[in-house]
Amino acid sequence: MAKQQGINLKPTTPAPAGAKETYLQKYILLRKHNVKVAVRKAKMNKSCYLFLAPFAIIFTLFYIFPVVASIFFSFTYYNILETPRFIGLNNYISLLLEDEIFLIGIKNTLIIALVTGPLGYIMSFLFAWLINELPRWVRSVAIVVFYAPSIAGNCFVIFSVFFRGDAYGYVNAFLMNTGIIDNPILWLTNPQYMLPICMLVILWMSLGAGFLSFVAGLQGVDPALFEAGCIDGIRNRWQELWFITLPSMKPMLMFGAVMTITTSFGVCDVTMALCGYPSTDYAARTIVTHLFDYGFSRFEMGYACAIATILFLMMILCNKAIQSLLRRVGT
Amino acid sequence: MMKKNKKAKAVEEKPYVKPLIRRRKPNRSIGGDVALYIFLLLVAVVMVFPIVYAVSSALKPLDELFMFPPRIFPRRPTLNNFSDLFVTMGKSWVTFSRYLFNTVFITAVGTFGHLLIASMAAFVLAKYDFPGGQTFFKLVTVAMMFSYYVTGIPNFIILNKLGWVDSPLAIIVPSFAAPMGLFLMKQFMEGLPTALIEAAKIDGANEWTVFSTIVMPNVKPAWMTMIIFQVQALWNNKAQTIIYSEEKKPLVFALQQIQAGGIARTGQGAAVLVVVMIVPILIFIFSESQILETMASSGIKE
Repeated sequence: MAKQQGINLKPTTPAPAGAKETYLQKYILLRKHNVKVAVRKAKMNKSCYLFLAPFAIIFTLFYIFPVVASIFFSFTYYNILETPRFIGLNNYISLLLEDEIFLIGIKNTLIIALVTGPLGYIMSFLFAWLINELPRWVRSVAIVVFYAPSIAGNCFVIFSVFFRGDAYGYVNAFLMNTGIIDNPILWLTNPQYMLPICMLVILWMSLGAGFLSFVAGLQGVDPALFEAGCIDGIRNRWQELWFITLPSMKPMLMFGAVMTITTSFGVCDVTMALCGYPSTDYAARTIVTHLFDYGFSRFEMGYACAIATILFLMMILCNKAIQSLLRRVGT
Repeated sequence: MMKKNKKAKAVEEKPYVKPLIRRRKPNRSIGGDVALYIFLLLVAVVMVFPIVYAVSSALKPLDELFMFPPRIFPRRPTLNNFSDLFVTMGKSWVTFSRYLFNTVFITAVGTFGHLLIASMAAFVLAKYDFPGGQTFFKLVTVAMMFSYYVTGIPNFIILNKLGWVDSPLAIIVPSFAAPMGLFLMKQFMEGLPTALIEAAKIDGANEWTVFSTIVMPNVKPAWMTMIIFQVQALWNNKAQTIIYSEEKKPLVFALQQIQAGGIARTGQGAAVLVVVMIVPILIFIFSESQILETMASSGIKE
């Protein structure tokens, strides 16, 4: 209410001479008023801040502040022992122009993200949608089966048994017995095969929180909409999907996208466990692996922070881009 | 006139035939349903195979582990690998129970604190309109968009300044403010009727009473969701960069040391996989319906 009055202070008639000053004054007046309203509102809701405080303090300290600190340190040379020394853009310059391994890392991360991200996202939705067609008890079993790989801890190391490099690795043995190959393939040490295998494993684990959100969202779509759609001339499940299901699930699609992007740019566990750290020819190096290397092995914190900042920018920009894309679904 | 009557009669006489397969939804063909079942079954087998294989390897005796060609299911299942695991752990300098205690302690305290602190914040963010609230929530949503790795290094520096490096606090305290939990809890609490809170206020309850006696009991499904995500994060946390002292290391770290023990420990390695994955999966199985209820409100609205 008070806010509304404040806005009404704006002059509606053409301003007289010396208008610039009066506009400025009025703008300041308006601002002051808004601040006053906010302060009074804040005083009325004092206990709210008490409730929020514990979370807000820890959150700021360990999530917001580190991002700022990371950007700050990325312009310095810092090795924890000495005080940080300002060196301008040098970290970024050597990262992007001199550090060939980092460029491999960026390339690998982008390849992994561009392949497993969209594929994993589509898989999450597709399986959630198909599972939703099942009767109730089959559905709950199916959800456990599909979701289990993503919460199974480091169960993915079992893949290193399947893809072992000698003739006794199961994949090799199978291919040799069927006569497709003559000699065993070094799946996890040959740079040619490392990334595809990692992507396969990542895809296996990609039905995570986003998948759960999709399943829950699909159950929440109003059944009356489907009946109405049936009367209005929707004839098969594909039309139903595009015209009814997808538009009513937009918020979940958004959530799933955020989850997918965050995990697909942060790949490091799988590549480190399967291909070794460091991997042959750095062929499975990702941005995060590089970050670990410089941050926790060489303690070049400034350099590592520059890597972290680049990763941060990539994640945020990608999220924003995908969000504006998703806004168009079904419209 | 006659003709019309006849037609009406014909319609009346047509008996109702119960369809062979009851249709639950419109717009579904039977062929499509069959194809769907076959397809899902195939994918489910692929998804579950590595897990089943891990479990069955853990149950195989030594001679079957290296049998070629391999069998998916053990012929003579044994729990030897698990008992060997305990023997190996018992011989290590730090006892198995100590590792287990570390992990359980970190997981329990971290989860409980997260549940309390994040729910408190979620409650006011969902139910009150105060300056800064919406902005704060937007920040939390943005924080979900970058992973833990981005903040890893400054976090280490901050923890170092606080003197928390090499203590369980370094894992527990940051985990209190995991953005995901707050986000899910806030979205779920928005579904709670405001009238409920107002009624309690009229009866003279203060904010804390409203929170602890009215809001929290009504959002139990969201608890389970927060718990599964938090347990999953903490149980699998190796903390190799933050905790150095052997006696403070979590279980997963110790188990992975055994796993790295080479060919001779293949069976024990598989047993480790089972021990590590069984806890989050069991929690999920037992709380599935509640988790799905919460996830229904997980969408990011604008």
